[in-house]
Amino acid sequence: MSMIVTRAEERAHLTHLGAAEVKKDAAALLQGKPLFTADIAPANALTVKILHSPHAHARITSIDTSRAERVPGVVAVYTYRDVPQRRFTLAGQSYPEASPYDRLILDQVVRYVGDEVAIVAAETEEAATKALRLIKVEYELLDAVLDFTQAIDNPTVIHPEDNYHVNGAWINNDRMRNIVSSGLSEHGDLDEAFAASDVVLERTYHTLANAQAMMETFQAFAEQDAYGRITVTSSTQVPFHVRRMVAGALDIPQSQVRVIKPRIGGGFGAKQSGCVEIFCAFVTAMTGRPSKILYTRQETCSASNSRHEMQMQVKIGATRDGQILAIDLYTLSNQGAYGEHGPTTVGLSGHKTLPLYNHMRASRFAFDVVYTNTMPAGAFRGYGATQGLFAVESAVNELADTLGMDPCELRLKNIVREGERLPQYDDNTLYSCSLEACLTRAMDMIGWREKGMVRDMGSHVRALGVALAMQGSAIAGIDIASVDLRLEETGFYTLSIGATDMGTGCDTILAQFAAEALGCPTRRIVVHGVDTDVSPFDTGSYASATTYLTGMAVVKAAENLIAELRARAAEHMGVAAEDVLFDGERLLAYEPGVLAQASAANAGTAEFSGIYDDVDALARSYRVATQAPAVEPVATLSLTELANELAAGGNGDCLTAHGAASSPTSPPPFMAGIAEVDVDKLTGKIDVVDYVAVVDCGTVANANLARVQVEGGIAQGIGMALTEDVQYSVHGRMRTDSFMTYKLPTRMDIPPIRVDFVPSYEPTGPYGAKSIGEIVINTPAPAIASAVAHATGHQVRTLPITPEKALFGE
Amino acid sequence: MSQNLIEVALTLNGKNVTARVAPDTTLYTFVRERGCASVKCACETTNCGLCTVWLDGSAVLSCAIPMARVNGREVTTLEGLREESAAFARCLAEEGAEQCGFCSPGLIMNVLAMEREIRERAAGQGVEPTAPTDDELNAYLAGNLCRCTGYEGQRRALRRYVAERFAPAAGTDQDVSPAPATATAGEERA
Repeated sequence: MSMIVTRAEERAHLTHLGAAEVKKDAAALLQGKPLFTADIAPANALTVKILHSPHAHARITSIDTSRAERVPGVVAVYTYRDVPQRRFTLAGQSYPEASPYDRLILDQVVRYVGDEVAIVAAETEEAATKALRLIKVEYELLDAVLDFTQAIDNPTVIHPEDNYHVNGAWINNDRMRNIVSSGLSEHGDLDEAFAASDVVLERTYHTLANAQAMMETFQAFAEQDAYGRITVTSSTQVPFHVRRMVAGALDIPQSQVRVIKPRIGGGFGAKQSGCVEIFCAFVTAMTGRPSKILYTRQETCSASNSRHEMQMQVKIGATRDGQILAIDLYTLSNQGAYGEHGPTTVGLSGHKTLPLYNHMRASRFAFDVVYTNTMPAGAFRGYGATQGLFAVESAVNELADTLGMDPCELRLKNIVREGERLPQYDDNTLYSCSLEACLTRAMDMIGWREKGMVRDMGSHVRALGVALAMQGSAIAGIDIASVDLRLEETGFYTLSIGATDMGTGCDTILAQFAAEALGCPTRRIVVHGVDTDVSPFDTGSYASATTYLTGMAVVKAAENLIAELRARAAEHMGVAAEDVLFDGERLLAYEPGVLAQASAANAGTAEFSGIYDDVDALARSYRVATQAPAVEPVATLSLTELANELAAGGNGDCLTAHGAASSPTSPPPFMAGIAEVDVDKLTGKIDVVDYVAVVDCGTVANANLARVQVEGGIAQGIGMALTEDVQYSVHGRMRTDSFMTYKLPTRMDIPPIRVDFVPSYEPTGPYGAKSIGEIVINTPAPAIASAVAHATGHQVRTLPITPEKALFGE
Repeated sequence: MSQNLIEVALTLNGKNVTARVAPDTTLYTFVRERGCASVKCACETTNCGLCTVWLDGSAVLSCAIPMARVNGREVTTLEGLREESAAFARCLAEEGAEQCGFCSPGLIMNVLAMEREIRERAAGQGVEPTAPTDDELNAYLAGNLCRCTGYEGQRRALRRYVAERFAPAAGTDQDVSPAPATATAGEERA
């Protein structure tokens, strides 16, 4: 591992980190400049279109492309007979991926309505569209598994093929039973704990698939470079993983693939899986011509990936006075037709829920992930935690109602606290947590104690509901981040990153980390990402990793660069490096020993020494290092002078520093959310009228961008709670494949969202930061469900919470 | 697609443009092909608002306008409104409310159209234009979807903008003051 540890006192001195810096790309985005994939595709690129399967499960018995090929302007039509036979996964995960290799670019068997049947490449969109209609396909229809509760041991086996491959036995794959993955983790004596409980509730909760619905659909284009390599420009969160996918799918060496990420119009996890890249890459490899593929909204809804539908059985036991003694959770996850993110998302439904009630005597978490003939599931913000928290937080709310206890008071009695060891979180120690303060602050903001949980308002009933959430910050022991930081002529810096800004603002936030560490204005940091030929390796922006992990890499790179700067300046000034101080603008040389004395006086020790003996850089205080002592320096060199000298001969080295980070732990952010909801007595119509959220994401890296993350996540959570569900016909055709049929919240549906932060200090995070990107979607569904239960007496356990369910129960 | 091309003559961002197009070519496709990259599409079903442009000064969804209806008319995209859009763009940026920025041009086009409508209506009634309320803004802009921000940051930007652009309505206590500057992080409230 390669991590840092910082001290809580650092935060009092922060000057750039935390500021509400405007995003570096804001001006260009707001002028509508051509920055996105479709805007910059080469004008001569072939248009690539896909023929999708109309059947949920079928074998292609014949496919005739001759008429399609004769359409003027059509360059090629490809079928399963034309593609490499090596299976791969589209999951954007570190190698070796946890997801099974169960895909081909095109397969003779189609496994869901929307699965790819043929690829058309044409000079124009019109020609491609016309050709699609002229491909004649005959199918042998196979029985389809559409109900995920009937998948295990179903006579229909969805992936019986010989060349199916699993990377690791740990996922417990049993594909001949339609099981992608299964698992179990338990601690304590469950029987004893339930026997000691005065109240035991058993409930089943069900969350449906949701569309990530980022505004920019899946888009990519491919070109061949001067060396015959394939360059794919894609709207992706995971450029380095896409490089592997494309190479795997085309069965060519990874060295023959380059991936570029321009601006991205949102991702929310959807673009943590590959989607269209393999098709344009294949066309370009076959034809030698540039090609582009721009998915429609319909394709983006119905032929990509969604949130995993999950059914969760919760058994919760507690004493009469509200001490939670045990939770037994079983999750059944609907993977759909291909296995992307199956073995990993499901884990979060237990491991990011049970630790909230860490004082339990016992807990058990078991799961199965099953194949069905529906659209594959993938990553969506929250990644299983969202589903699990709907179940566990709803169960805790139901427990409170059963006990006649205030649900906030029940939680204050039971929740996890800083310093505890977490048996359901890989036995990690929790170094930072202000969840209790988050909850009490949220209660104050909404007026929890004054208002009462239910009020009759005449035509409607107004009620409150609460939920807590946690998530992680990067995948412990797997995610890695690295950055290059270079001093440039005149003394500015270029920061090259492999992390992917998808609108969240990480280019700006990472510049703020660099500015903080280097003691310069943020505008002096130029950020570049991502081009896999040039950018340092980063697993990508997912798993709430970027601020925590890439932020850490930036701080380390800055440390390394400062050390180099001091050494070079020392050479120039004829002094020893340890006698040179860098204050952001100047390098100051002091009499021998002066700096050592000053930093000894200021240093103190890091509060955290940690359990990790592989910490390679126990961070000193940067503030101490840059604080000039009260005596005059003996020599001074400005950064600009040094930079210019290094860039013009000298000993021939413009300074470049590298920083890399991974972490043995994934420090959880925490959050409390409270919904105030009106339910119409006659119609059951549900209006969220107020929502308060208080977040512990550790040190806030950018006040504006963190706040917008919270607000945006809550709005998505409100959509999930009330209106968003992916529906299928009895034949497995998706009914909700447009924004006409899949109801996203509009600004009329979203109440004022009031946000506050109670930052704990995470010693393993850069300047105390944890993550914020995902946790924010987790509280609305359980909080709103509880508010509706308080208003109507009906606890809705299957999302979304429609007026019918609210009024009449399920 | 129809094989019979029609001749259209229009003004695009102040410049005269003539072209032969299929009559069912959409205005969206037409302006995109002429380099107006600000005009985006997220839905194809007239639900998202990203393709909003002005037709004779009124906001329309360009994906729903066939070119046959554009002949002789004046089309404006964000590319033609650099100066006019700068103030609201700044408000969005200062709230971090552009996020991915994919829906921003459509929103900006609709906000500027709304502002113009308010001013023209007030001028017609011989009164001073007044700032729209939050509810009015939500209703007017309901057709502009955004998946990143939850709309709240956009609302803060809109409040700042209308506070800058309109005099407060006399005799009302409508709160149009900009949201307080967000706290610098690092500040501990625990």
